[in-house]
Amino acid sequence: MSEHLLSLMTFFPILGMLVLLLLPKDNGALLKTFTLVVTVITFIISLPLAFNEVFKTSAAMHYTEFSEWIKIGDYFQMNYNVGIDGISLWLVLLTTFIMPITVLSTWQAVEKSTKGFMALLLLLETAMLGAFISLDLFLFYIFWELMLIPMYFLIGIWGGKRRIYSAVKFFLFTAVGSLLMLVAIIYIYYYAIQSGMDISGFSVADFYKLAIPAELQTWLFLAFAFSFAIKVPMFPVHTWLPDAHTEAPTAGSVILAAIMLKMGTYGYVRFAMPLFPEATHKFIPALALLAVIGIIYGALVAMMQDDVKKLVAYSSVSHLGFVMLGIFALNMQGISGGMLQMINHGVSTGALFLIVGFIYERRHTRLIVDFGGLAKQMPIFATIFMIVTLSSIGLPGMNGFVGEFMILMGAFESNLRWFTVFATSGVIFAAVYMLWMFQRVMFGKLENPANQNLKDLSLREIVVMLPLLVFVFWIGVYPSTFTDKMNPAIEQLIQQVKGKEQIAVVEPAAAPVEAPVQHEQHH
Amino acid sequence: MELTLVQEALQNVNMGAIMPSLILVCFGMGILLVNVFMPRGKTAPAMVLSIVAVLAAAVASVGAWSSPEFGFAGHVANDKFAAFFNISILLAAGLSMLMSESYLGREDYKVGEYYPLILFTCSGAMWMASGTDMMTIFLGLEVMSVSLYVLAGFFRGQVKSNEAGLKYFLLGAFSTGFLLYGMALLYGVTGTTNVADIGRFLSGNPEQLTSAMTLAGMVMLSIGFLFKIAAAPFHMWTPDVYQGAPTPITAFMSAGPKAAAFAAFLRVFFLGLGELQNEWTAALWILAVLTMIAGNFIAIFQTDLKRMLAYSSIAHAGYALVGMVAANEIGVSGILFYMLAYTFMNIGAFAVLTLAGKKGEENLTLEGFAGFGYKKPLLGVVLTLFLFSLMGIPPTAGFAGKFYIFAGAVKAGYIWLAILGVLNSAVSLYYYLRVMVYMYFRDPAEDYGWVKMNAGAAVAIVIAVIGVLYLGIIPGSVMELAKSALF
Repeated sequence: MSEHLLSLMTFFPILGMLVLLLLPKDNGALLKTFTLVVTVITFIISLPLAFNEVFKTSAAMHYTEFSEWIKIGDYFQMNYNVGIDGISLWLVLLTTFIMPITVLSTWQAVEKSTKGFMALLLLLETAMLGAFISLDLFLFYIFWELMLIPMYFLIGIWGGKRRIYSAVKFFLFTAVGSLLMLVAIIYIYYYAIQSGMDISGFSVADFYKLAIPAELQTWLFLAFAFSFAIKVPMFPVHTWLPDAHTEAPTAGSVILAAIMLKMGTYGYVRFAMPLFPEATHKFIPALALLAVIGIIYGALVAMMQDDVKKLVAYSSVSHLGFVMLGIFALNMQGISGGMLQMINHGVSTGALFLIVGFIYERRHTRLIVDFGGLAKQMPIFATIFMIVTLSSIGLPGMNGFVGEFMILMGAFESNLRWFTVFATSGVIFAAVYMLWMFQRVMFGKLENPANQNLKDLSLREIVVMLPLLVFVFWIGVYPSTFTDKMNPAIEQLIQQVKGKEQIAVVEPAAAPVEAPVQHEQHH
Repeated sequence: MELTLVQEALQNVNMGAIMPSLILVCFGMGILLVNVFMPRGKTAPAMVLSIVAVLAAAVASVGAWSSPEFGFAGHVANDKFAAFFNISILLAAGLSMLMSESYLGREDYKVGEYYPLILFTCSGAMWMASGTDMMTIFLGLEVMSVSLYVLAGFFRGQVKSNEAGLKYFLLGAFSTGFLLYGMALLYGVTGTTNVADIGRFLSGNPEQLTSAMTLAGMVMLSIGFLFKIAAAPFHMWTPDVYQGAPTPITAFMSAGPKAAAFAAFLRVFFLGLGELQNEWTAALWILAVLTMIAGNFIAIFQTDLKRMLAYSSIAHAGYALVGMVAANEIGVSGILFYMLAYTFMNIGAFAVLTLAGKKGEENLTLEGFAGFGYKKPLLGVVLTLFLFSLMGIPPTAGFAGKFYIFAGAVKAGYIWLAILGVLNSAVSLYYYLRVMVYMYFRDPAEDYGWVKMNAGAAVAIVIAVIGVLYLGIIPGSVMELAKSALF
């Protein structure tokens, strides 16, 4: 069972989707319940990954699966090559964790074409999980592109007023970026073959061992970095994000923010940086600069928003700037801070979008001016909103603080010292825009008559938020549960990027050349 | 003495070499005869017999896979290369015929000669694909083209159709003239019309490679072929002809004859003019880029879907030309794969268009598709799949085809060509997405009550969907076949 855990987990949602398509389309409750069950089961399937202690000591890939997929003569091969290590572990779990919560949040939000909505959610889950576990560049590319399709439809059909513009912009931006990455992927493959390496398919583990000349590395790194930078999103290719986030339905925004943005940062950590170490060193100052600009710019623009959702969207740009800064620090603190902050951002910003969704469902407006004094009317909502706001700001005791602190410390100790000084101001700005927004929405006088009969959170909505709150505090108070399992893999990443020695990432049991034989022995 | 010569000649004739096209021609003539006895307006028997003919020819082609035949004194080779293209052409014909029956009924033009004409077109296309002599290729081209001229202008009462037929005829005849002149020039240089012999002559007499006659011959030949595959700058006929012709014929035209033209193009230029590869590769590089740019950028401005798909057809020919520039195993087998994939996805898209159009086809515009995804969800999903395949999004056949072709280009060192190719693909995302925007993101303006599924179109669509998904998810085996089909 554990041999195929990853495949089972990844393809279970799509199997669920196929069954879902047979269900009657008018029974919204049935469709939503079914989807909820499917996503919960997927989460349960993924749980053993969380409890496996092996990640605490081993940097290698585990739960690997390898089977030949496309083989053309002896010159072209792509394999179904998947595995999970400390770096992708929490991202996979974040995905399977957020999905049920997202589905639960759609109970009243989605009324029309429920079947299509649920089917797209399940397809999206499969694509995201597949991208996180792929060890074959071609396979990764397929899942990466596949993610775009359901999100495009989710935004375009169930979104807000400017949904068509946002959906098309989202799709075009991301797809164009990844097309250049495609050429780079093909190029690396042929380069590896030409340099006589005995590679098996587009396996990333093999490519890590390639010694690519610095000049060539620059171009390949730029192709990859461009594609991932769009996804993160880094300034200045972030402009698709505010539109996409604002116009997407709540469930779409949550998934987009919590998981899909992490694809960009994951791409840097898994592909762009370890594959091209010299180019990484060359470009880190520029990329770190963009990250810091993102932090400050995102925060400043967020301050000026009058739409709550757009404010949260820009805060995402700001937060992910921190993540990138941490990753570019290239030391243990920085990268583990960055990775942890990825999870934190998923939890906090996901929660924020859910909160915005609750308000929107009640009042069908997201403008700050339409609110005010809601705390008296909706105390439970106010409490939860406050916790999530403080988490996003990075108050000590909650998850955001741990991540940001580690990032800033790591970046300060590396040669990004001056960047860190400026980035720290981002923490203050975050407090400004979040607290100011909170004050205008929740505190003050309850003047607007439309707000006077608002209902507080229902049980379902509390259940949606509770797991996120648990993690807000757990990661904030005892982060080592999470960082312990990431550390070995991060150490290996640092060695790959900093020390030019390329170590084999994959443990012998999954080494492509021997894999078929080994697998037979397993069975 | 003459008798022995005749006997010798007869021995060299190997009917097995043209078995697939022979089947089609015989069936075609038979159906023409049958039609005489059919009451006016009853074309179902003709269609059924035509499908049978296509299937029989397909079986014959598959048979050629294991035992290739050569015949007519080296003029025809029913080898694996021909067999692969034959299957693509027959597939295009079969799918088009399946969707034609109800279409003809709706347009009130049930004329039985329609089906035999398609069969004759196919037979001409097959001669093009299996021709190893310039004369055979020319013969195939002419048979295919003349039948297509008639089919394009089939709806005598519609101005658009007449325009399509006439334009196709005039421009086609003109370009065939170029082709023939090129063949004549090469004959003048080499003394033979056999493709392989031309190649042998040129490699044996390298001083002829730079002679004006050889180069002029090559240029003329390429003009003829490039016209047929609708490459820039010889693509001008495509939008009007595709828009005016009956929709199933457009579907067929976009895939079948294009594949045949590529087959002949590949054979003549790799086997015959292989020595001049540096020259024509350089020219094709530019033309491939021009074609991709012309097709993609002009498609953005189209609101009529048939015209848009016509321009996209031009763009796809450009992608295939990239494979030809790469000129390596994976590039060229990529072209074969791409032709097959293109058949599935494009004809599938046209099948949905055939169903969605009203009589007289006023409805095949973007506006006309508003809300289609809601009123006809199944057809909407199917069209979405075909559009994603045309865009080149995994895991569809379109992505696999583009991947192999661009991989071939990268492998051969044409990095910039690959980059231009993917950038053009990026441009194409916009106009394919736009159709989906109208289908799903706009409120339905129409009721679409007239879109009635019929058995023929349903079968065609199912086959196309299976093809697109299979080639997208498990392309390995078909690519292996394509690779082994190379000469």
